[in-house]
Amino acid sequence: MAEKLNMVQAINLALKEEMQRDKDVVILGEDVGRDGGVFRVTEGLWEEFGAERVIDTPLAESVIAGSAVGMALYGLKPIAEIQFMGFIYPAIDQIFSHAARVRSRSRGRFTCPLVVRTPYGAGIKAPELHSESTEALFCHMPGLKVVVPSSPYNAKGLLISSIRDPDPVIFLESTRLYRLTREEVPEGEYTIPLGKAKVIQEGKDITVISWGSMLHRSLQAVEGFDAEVIDLMTLNPFDEETIFKSVKKTGRAVIVHEAPKTGGFGAEISATIAEDAMLYLKAPIIRVTGYDVVMPLPKLEDYYMPTVERIRKGIEETMKY
Amino acid sequence: MPEIIIETFNIKRIDILDEKGNADKSLMPALSDPEIKRMYEVLTLARTFDHHALSLQREGRMGTYASILGQEASQIGSALALEKSDWVFPSFREMGVYITMGYPLHMLFQYWGGDERGVKCPDGLNIFPVCVPVGTQTPHAAGAAMAARYKGDKIAVACYFGDGGTSEGDFHESMNMAGVFKLPVVFICQNNQWAISVPRERQTASKTIAQKAVGYGFEGIQVDGNDIFAVYKASKEAVDKARRGDGPTFIECFTYRMSDHTTADDAVRYRTKEEVDEWKGRDPILRLRLFMEKNGLWNEQYQKEVEEKAKAAVDEAVKKAEGIKHPEPKDMFTYTYENLTPRQIKEMREL
Ligand SMILES: Cc1ncc(C[n+]2csc(CCOP(=O)(O)OP(=O)(O)O)c2C)c(N)n1
Ligand SMILES: [Mg+2]
Repeated sequence: MAEKLNMVQAINLALKEEMQRDKDVVILGEDVGRDGGVFRVTEGLWEEFGAERVIDTPLAESVIAGSAVGMALYGLKPIAEIQFMGFIYPAIDQIFSHAARVRSRSRGRFTCPLVVRTPYGAGIKAPELHSESTEALFCHMPGLKVVVPSSPYNAKGLLISSIRDPDPVIFLESTRLYRLTREEVPEGEYTIPLGKAKVIQEGKDITVISWGSMLHRSLQAVEGFDAEVIDLMTLNPFDEETIFKSVKKTGRAVIVHEAPKTGGFGAEISATIAEDAMLYLKAPIIRVTGYDVVMPLPKLEDYYMPTVERIRKGIEETMKY
Repeated sequence: MPEIIIETFNIKRIDILDEKGNADKSLMPALSDPEIKRMYEVLTLARTFDHHALSLQREGRMGTYASILGQEASQIGSALALEKSDWVFPSFREMGVYITMGYPLHMLFQYWGGDERGVKCPDGLNIFPVCVPVGTQTPHAAGAAMAARYKGDKIAVACYFGDGGTSEGDFHESMNMAGVFKLPVVFICQNNQWAISVPRERQTASKTIAQKAVGYGFEGIQVDGNDIFAVYKASKEAVDKARRGDGPTFIECFTYRMSDHTTADDAVRYRTKEEVDEWKGRDPILRLRLFMEKNGLWNEQYQKEVEEKAKAAVDEAVKKAEGIKHPEPKDMFTYTYENLTPRQIKEMREL
């Protein structure tokens, strides 16, 4: 029986089922235990699995990530929660210098199958540094996988795959999507493979590529166009094939993300299309993104985020050709 | 060869004013009657501010807010030991410190209302913008202290953080730096027993937080953080010591967060009512009032005046904050760099 769940509940269900299935799966982070996480994503898990498997750590991101590395090296499957993406910076040394590299450094003798879950993105009028979208930093680091679900259903399937993946995965959960929609999420295991994008809607004239919360705005923006919409889901390694196939058909591409434009992941996608599918293009590739500014506080948040309007403009621009 | 003890340590704790308003005269800092009254008035103002901020948030007129209820004596007692020329690096729960330093009240409402302009510190004050990433302000305090000494300025640097903050690497690195270079910093930890839902015992296995300083080669002391005389005394001595060039001090203010962590939190999920009630009896403002009453500094009339003055100041600040024009969208570009980048100029045209 599939129940209608929001993304918080779907992720919670994935965590619970994986913990039931595999005793080596543990959760660690700030407020993940008794409080059930500040977004309630780990609600009920401390009660069910105990304080040894759902660990309320001291307030220190470096040791949350770094001890997760140690646990993974020893054979556990840690899922570390960083309370907000804006607080991941103290953990970056551990993630970049160790989690991402240990397989390579030990020539495969030691591996690091861990997941770092963290809420990302704007749209809930949160305080400073609670709205960051810095996925491109993590995509730039070989050895890390980066996954961004866009719906309750794919959040569950992608998280299960991430937990079972033999390499470190950064799993980004949009705060805006956490409670935005509900959909049927089956109980019991199902996986969605990492590295595969999904064509959400088929179309002939233009390819719109997005992920996470911006996917929803993109879907609104394409109304009235014969657009193919791709939900990338895994940013690294990303599904070049699905993109090429679509762009070769439509000849046009618009990429939408909420992170700032410069050095954003849209640049990588755009360059890849230019390298391998340039001759199929009828129009310049367009990126609709957040601006190159420090993420503003709530009063200006709406002006920062790509709006349906701005995405539509980007589409119209490419449709001129 | 026999084992010998090569180091031992003791941690001092200062209590001056008890819950019934009795003060230990032998420890009492030198304070004139007007100074004591000023303490009471700032405490009342801070609590009034806090109360209004919480109601504005509930009414949807302000964003997420971190209440200071219960911690007023720790904040105001320490900030009163500072001069305007001193530098202050707060975390996000220091509205009482801002208020004591003379920061415009309406700007605090503006900031919590989601408007960046609220943390543009007015000239003449050196109090830094609210610092959201826990513990990350502590290295700045060490650096500013080093710079002040280099420039020959006889100032002290005050650095505020919570019990949770003492688990972050930045905190330890800054303490170490301050110890190694004998920097003029006063580290002020408000140990309010909780870091969101995580109790103090989960942050450190040591008996006190004050003793952290021992590991970095300087003095750590614990004070009753709900006792404004104790907080003031320890802070004043530490600030004077910093100014004299005698190095850093760590002060653990032992207090309690009476409210939820922020307006986005629900503390009922993780702590008991009994615990909260126990701390209600240790209220920092009530005990100062009792002291003042015993010493002829307080009566009903005075109370009414103090409350009315505080309410008027806060009401006016709210009015002022809410009357300010919405920030211009272009503001988000203007302060990224001194000059706009070519790409920003293009992006601004889209607004
Ligand atoms: C680096 C970082 N990690 C996590 C958070 C989320 N967070 C905000 S306040 C807080 C608890 C802070 O506890 P403490 O230092 O004791 O200060 P208090 O809130 O009690 O004043 C947490 C985990 C943050 N702001 N920054
Ligand atoms: Mg605390």
